[in-house]
Amino acid sequence: MAWLGHFNYWIVVILMMIGFYAVIARGNMVKKIMGLNLFQTSVFIMFISAGKIIGGSTPVLREGITVYSNPLPHVLILTAIVVGVATTAVGLALAVRILEAYGTIEEDELVDLHDQAPDESHPGMPAGKGDTAT
Amino acid sequence: MTVAVAVVKVRDLFAAAMLFAIYSLLSAGLFAVLDAGDVALTEAAVGAGISTILFLAMLALTGHEERPARGHNRLALAVVVVTGACLIYAAGDLPDFGAPGNPPHVHVAPYYIEHAYTDMGVPNMVAAVLASYRSIDTMGEAFVILTAGLGVVALLSVPPRRRRRKHKPGKAEDDS
Amino acid sequence: MRTNGILRIIARFLIPLIMLFGLYIQFHGEYSPGGGFQAGVVFAAAWILFALIYGLDAALEVIPERAQFVLACLGVLLYCFVGLLGVVLGGRFLDFYPLLDSPHAAQQTGIVAVEFGVGVTVATCAMLFFTFFARRKREIDAAETGEDD
Repeated sequence: MAWLGHFNYWIVVILMMIGFYAVIARGNMVKKIMGLNLFQTSVFIMFISAGKIIGGSTPVLREGITVYSNPLPHVLILTAIVVGVATTAVGLALAVRILEAYGTIEEDELVDLHDQAPDESHPGMPAGKGDTAT
Repeated sequence: MTVAVAVVKVRDLFAAAMLFAIYSLLSAGLFAVLDAGDVALTEAAVGAGISTILFLAMLALTGHEERPARGHNRLALAVVVVTGACLIYAAGDLPDFGAPGNPPHVHVAPYYIEHAYTDMGVPNMVAAVLASYRSIDTMGEAFVILTAGLGVVALLSVPPRRRRRKHKPGKAEDDS
Repeated sequence: MRTNGILRIIARFLIPLIMLFGLYIQFHGEYSPGGGFQAGVVFAAAWILFALIYGLDAALEVIPERAQFVLACLGVLLYCFVGLLGVVLGGRFLDFYPLLDSPHAAQQTGIVAVEFGVGVTVATCAMLFFTFFARRKREIDAAETGEDD
C-alpha cells in the first residue's frame, strides 16, 4: 500500500505537533523551551529517516559492506543538534532574567503584571528608566 | 511518542526534565537503528546530558510546579490539529522510506561516498564531509556556539537586584 | 554531596574514565563515529559531574573561569588559523592540501586540527553554561539576604 511507506513522516508530524502544542498552549517558559526541543528533535528524525537506505549501514568505510546510508543528512543534523542546545541555553538564560525581573515565569502572570503600572512591576530594572528603555 | 505527550502534560517540572532526558535517549536509540552513528552519539550526549543539566539548573532557581492551564485551550488544539492534517496530507508526495532511488541519494551523496577515502584517506565519511568538504559550515557552527556562550555570559553577568516581594509576602526561600 | 560515600567513590572512578573516553572520541573521529562535538560535550559532562559532587568552587579551581573564556575563543581561532594557513601556503581558505606533501596526510592533519578546535570550543562553552547557571542561585541568595529591610 502506498501510504505505508510514509509512516515515518506521520511519526515526525505527530511529534512535531506535540512540541508545537507545548510551545503555544503552555504558559510556563521552561515548558515552552522543552516543547521547542521536542519540535527540533522531530525534524532531526525526519532528516535522518530520509537519509536511510534499507539494506545499507553506517557511513563508515568498512570491509565487506557495499551499500552505505547517505552521510549528507547526518552532517546537517550534527550541526543542527549543537545549534539547538545553544538556543536552549540562551533561552533559559533569558528566562532566568525574566524570573528575576518579574518574579514569575508563567505567561499569564506576566501579562497581568504588565497590565498594571509599568514602573511598579519592574523591580529588577534600574530606577527611573520606565518604559522608555535604553 | 508517549514520552513526548508525558513531557507536555506533566505539571511537575522536575519530572518533565527527567522525561525529556528519557525522550532524548529514545530518539538517540532511534538514530542508531537508522544507521546514524555520529548523530546518535551527539544526540545522546547533548540531549540527555547538556540540555537536561541546563533544565535542572534552571529548576533550582524557579519553582517546581507549573500552574495548571485554565481549562482546555481549544484554539491551540484546533490550530495544532489543522496544521498536523495539512502536513500529513503534504507528506503524501514525499518519497517512500528507504528506497535507494530517492532524491537525497542521487546528486552529491554518491560522489562523497565513492571519493571520500581516495581524496582524504579518512574512513569516516561523515567526518570527512563535515570537516573537509563542508568545512565552512562547521566554522559557522563553531561561531554559533561561541556566540551562545557569549550571550549567556552577557545575560547572567549582571548581578541580581533586590526584588520587592509584592506578590508573595511571607514566602521564604525554599531550598537554600 | 561530598559526604555521600557511594557517589564519591563512583565519581572518583568514573570522572577520569569519562575524560579519557572524550579524548578517545575526539581523536578517533576519523575511524569510527565521533569527532569534535561529541568529544567536547562528553568532556564537559565529566567536569560537570565533578562540580556536582565536589562543589562548584572546587571545580572552578580545576578549570577556572578565565581559562574557560580564553579556551572558548582559542578553539574558534584555531579553526580560522588553520583556514588562513591554507591561504598563506598557496591554496584557498580552509584548503587542507597545501599543508603537507602527501595529500592524505595533509587532509588528515587538517581534519584533526579543525575538529580539535571545535571540540575545545564546545567543551568550554558547555562548562561556561553550567558555571553561570549554577552561580546564579548563590548570587540571588546573597542579594536577598544582604539587603533585607
